[in-house]
Amino acid sequence: MIFERLAAALRADAPVALATRLDEVRPGAKLIVDVSGAEGDLGSPGLNFAVEAEARALLAVGENALRTFGCDGEPIGTEARLFIQAFAPKADLYIFGAIDFSRAMARLGKYLGYRVTVIDARPVFATEARIPDADRVVVAWPDEFLASARVEPRTAIVVLTHDTKFDIPLLKVALDTNAGYIGAMGSRRTHAARVELLRAGGVSESDLERICAPVGLDIGARTPEETAISIAAEIVAMRSDRRGGRLRDGSLAVHP
Amino acid sequence: MIEILDTVERWRAEGQRVALATVVRVEQSAPRDPGAVMAVSERGEVAGSVSGGCVEAAVYEEASDAIGTGRPRLVTYGISDAHAIEQGLTCGGTIHVFVERLDW
Repeated sequence: MIFERLAAALRADAPVALATRLDEVRPGAKLIVDVSGAEGDLGSPGLNFAVEAEARALLAVGENALRTFGCDGEPIGTEARLFIQAFAPKADLYIFGAIDFSRAMARLGKYLGYRVTVIDARPVFATEARIPDADRVVVAWPDEFLASARVEPRTAIVVLTHDTKFDIPLLKVALDTNAGYIGAMGSRRTHAARVELLRAGGVSESDLERICAPVGLDIGARTPEETAISIAAEIVAMRSDRRGGRLRDGSLAVHP
Repeated sequence: MIEILDTVERWRAEGQRVALATVVRVEQSAPRDPGAVMAVSERGEVAGSVSGGCVEAAVYEEASDAIGTGRPRLVTYGISDAHAIEQGLTCGGTIHVFVERLDW
């Protein structure tokens, strides 16, 4: 059954796409596409073939789309109108440093739908008992971990290590990736010192600009929970190319 | 979708028929993106949502009808809609929702 196959893929966080015909000819006809193939029937082999290809393309970028095809899958046709829903695996949130802030950040990251990994070089601190909401807690040297980790534009990197010895090599590796969010905790003074070290290490001005530091939106956060909300809000704002701040003070559409 | 899986599977295991409503298109400002889903059981229970609560009642009626008739339909809600006063989105957007019986 298609629904069971969809449910299994979603639970396994495996890529899966579901195409539904919306037109009056075969409303509700379905095709499911996953790593092991396709199942279902949209009305003709040509249409199934064309939609499977389109679904795989959408899976690569993790986007849903409305598409029209001819009744046999012709790309310029309009008889078949489809909604193709692409369920990409969860995006990664990498949190470096296993401190109290990391516990709160991991919890909010999960809440936002990220696959959360917490990394710390110190085995005493990097334990699942301390960070219960993380999908993974890894004992590793931060820069070495990130150098071999999966990173894509949807990835968020939050540096809470707060220690130059870890921060500098880690930020250098982070800036070599295409991660969509790179945040680093620390005061303005801490970050100014970090910037000097990174600059001396050959990091470009445009790369330095990518670092969100001091990290988070300006909501007056004090506790780990408040700080995590501030950072999570900045991650969401960066994702939708917004600056943060109060909606009542703005003029853009509320929903981007 | 993942947030309604457990509930939908439970309904189906109980032998209930289920309707699924999916946001397939959004124009201008709307609270939920395409892909947002709401499921309705034969007994009238609900899981998930398709808006910020503005059109759920109308979608619920369509879903209940789809459970009985098996007829899928594409419905549109928004300020341009004739039923704007009762069923419009307060945010001023338009959403297109596909409602179907979960026969698959």
